Amino acid sequence: MGQFAQLLLVAAVFLSFALLGTASLSGCVGLLAMQGYCLSLLPIFIHRGGLEPRAFLLAAGMAALKGWLVPRVLTHAIREVKIRREVEPLVGYVPSLIIGVVIVGLSVVLAARLPVSGEARSGLLVPVSLATMMMGLFMTVSRLKALTQVIGYLVFENGIYLFGLLVSRDMPWLLEMGVLLDVFVAVFIMGIVIHHISREFDSIHTDRLTQLKE
Amino acid sequence: MSVEILGIIVVPFLAALVALAWSDNARRPWLLPAAATVHALLTLRLLIQPPLPASGAWISLDALGLVLLGTSSALLWGCSIYGVEYLRRRKERDNRLFTACYLFMLSASSVVAVSRQLGLMWIAMEATTLSAAPLIHFKRSDRSLEATWKYLIMGGVGVGLALLGTYFLALSASGAAGGSYTLQLDALLALGPRLSIPWLRGAFIFILIGYGLKMGLAPLHSWKPDAYGESPGMAGAALATVLTGCAFLGLLRVYQVCVAAGQLEFMKGLLVFMGLLSLGTAAVFVISQKDFKRLLAYSSVEHMGLLVLGLGIGGGGLFAALLHFINNGLGKGLLFLTAGNIHRAFGDKTLDRVHGALRRVPVSAALFLIGFIAITGSPPFGLFFSEFLLLKAAVAAGRWGVALAAAGFLGVIFIGMAVTALSVAQGVPPDEPVLPGHGDSILTTVVPGAFAAALLVLGLYIPAWLTARLAAAAALLGGVAP
Repeated sequence: MGQFAQLLLVAAVFLSFALLGTASLSGCVGLLAMQGYCLSLLPIFIHRGGLEPRAFLLAAGMAALKGWLVPRVLTHAIREVKIRREVEPLVGYVPSLIIGVVIVGLSVVLAARLPVSGEARSGLLVPVSLATMMMGLFMTVSRLKALTQVIGYLVFENGIYLFGLLVSRDMPWLLEMGVLLDVFVAVFIMGIVIHHISREFDSIHTDRLTQLKE
Repeated sequence: MSVEILGIIVVPFLAALVALAWSDNARRPWLLPAAATVHALLTLRLLIQPPLPASGAWISLDALGLVLLGTSSALLWGCSIYGVEYLRRRKERDNRLFTACYLFMLSASSVVAVSRQLGLMWIAMEATTLSAAPLIHFKRSDRSLEATWKYLIMGGVGVGLALLGTYFLALSASGAAGGSYTLQLDALLALGPRLSIPWLRGAFIFILIGYGLKMGLAPLHSWKPDAYGESPGMAGAALATVLTGCAFLGLLRVYQVCVAAGQLEFMKGLLVFMGLLSLGTAAVFVISQKDFKRLLAYSSVEHMGLLVLGLGIGGGGLFAALLHFINNGLGKGLLFLTAGNIHRAFGDKTLDRVHGALRRVPVSAALFLIGFIAITGSPPFGLFFSEFLLLKAAVAAGRWGVALAAAGFLGVIFIGMAVTALSVAQGVPPDEPVLPGHGDSILTTVVPGAFAAALLVLGLYIPAWLTARLAAAAALLGGVAP
């Protein structure tokens, strides 16, 4: 794994941290787009001597989707619902960042215990992937706005995508394309639902979504 | 790939595209029975003459896939006929997305049934998950919106974790297959014990959580009562049978690989635990449940629990679980469609306002009661027989404690469901009359009636060909026929 790939991975973790500490929704979308671009460059640099057309196609697809299209859908949703900030997350921003640090530490320990073989063992790919997944999941459960939950979900998806890079070299690339397509459709549907939520409740607060319970 | 397999995927898919393009709201629902009939006929051909499994192919139908395909095809065929009448009564709502997504789900679930490549299977699984979201949101109310949102977020996380498990599975093959990864089922089975065990165990756990979330196993079931409670009856039936069935098949595939790798004992503990936990959770929430559609969701949690319990018991439990899967599908079809009829006739689905359904919608209420008797495992219906086989297998395996606990939970669930079902059916209905077009008609009752008849037949007599197909499927999992 090249130096540049390691750098991209470190950048991805920093962006996840920045997402955990950002209150402005459009700021979050911007950070998510940057993370998308970082990850889209990875397939090209991650495998030594792996400059093959497939990696470029995957990178182009990733950049178009996670860097450009998904953020655009989200920006559109933000403009539609006229909300700028996540007002009160369930867990405050500073505690969130501390939990983020714990998550990263945990991922490093966990990754060292996983029986990863070959060159991936020494690299940052596995710990970064685990950390990104967990931070995304944490964002999904700790934020109240539908939009920030979607952003958390997308960070989680980014983590899974990173893990997928581990096996991507010898796998038929149908899987990667399928993943990209699914993410797009998921975001598209979620965008529509957010639109309905905002029309129905005049807010995209999911704490209004509490009629259904035992 | 045979013509039939191609047909069950392509025909509903094309019909869905036509539904999206067709602007005639009144005639569009006819696409449902049209495509589903073709699907059912092709499936029947596959059932009568199963194709020889092509080793190494990405798409090929084996005995396990056939069980899912046959059940979901029969159920969706019935629901699509019912759907014409349902959508006619709801003609003020735009049914474009509903019809199209129903057909997309049929197509995607066919792909799940025939895929032998677990990555492809995952993609189809995600497609079924996403295509169900507009079905839950069909009523366009704030409550259905809330249900859809919870379903999307939780379902999304579930399929994400299942993907992670799928990657783990690919990694488990890498050491044995000389550094290359594979997700083709035959290749994984051939590697068997040479698979990397830590990765394989990780794969099993993540796939159990991911697809278990989609099946609605406790404690991952919290989206289920909302989604089942707020979606129309025909969508609820599809969710409870086809969607959960697809996830169950996903679980069966990794079970197959783990059995080949000699990891049966490792899985058994987890599966029995999840199964009993689901039964227990259902028993707790079924008691004093006032909403009879949410009740059905907890009943679904119960039956998903029984399915994984059957896997955990092994041996004869596998045959029982597969038979139970078919019975549960028919029972859920019967209950959701009749519950939808009652919901429509009263404009409510809580016990506060729904009484005396036997007087207001006699046929639907009678069928609902039959459905309740069948789903709680009372004789002479099919579920009695499959639950009996399951408990028998547990005892035969020496797991007395498991059998006793399961039987106890089943008893509690029977009582809990009886209270709700009986107070829906009996008593005096509220004074205001049924709105015109909200009562019983032949079209709304013939399909659930057929499901009830099928359940009765399966309870009294299982045809030899069905036993043979199920035994072949159970044999793939290392099980034995009773």
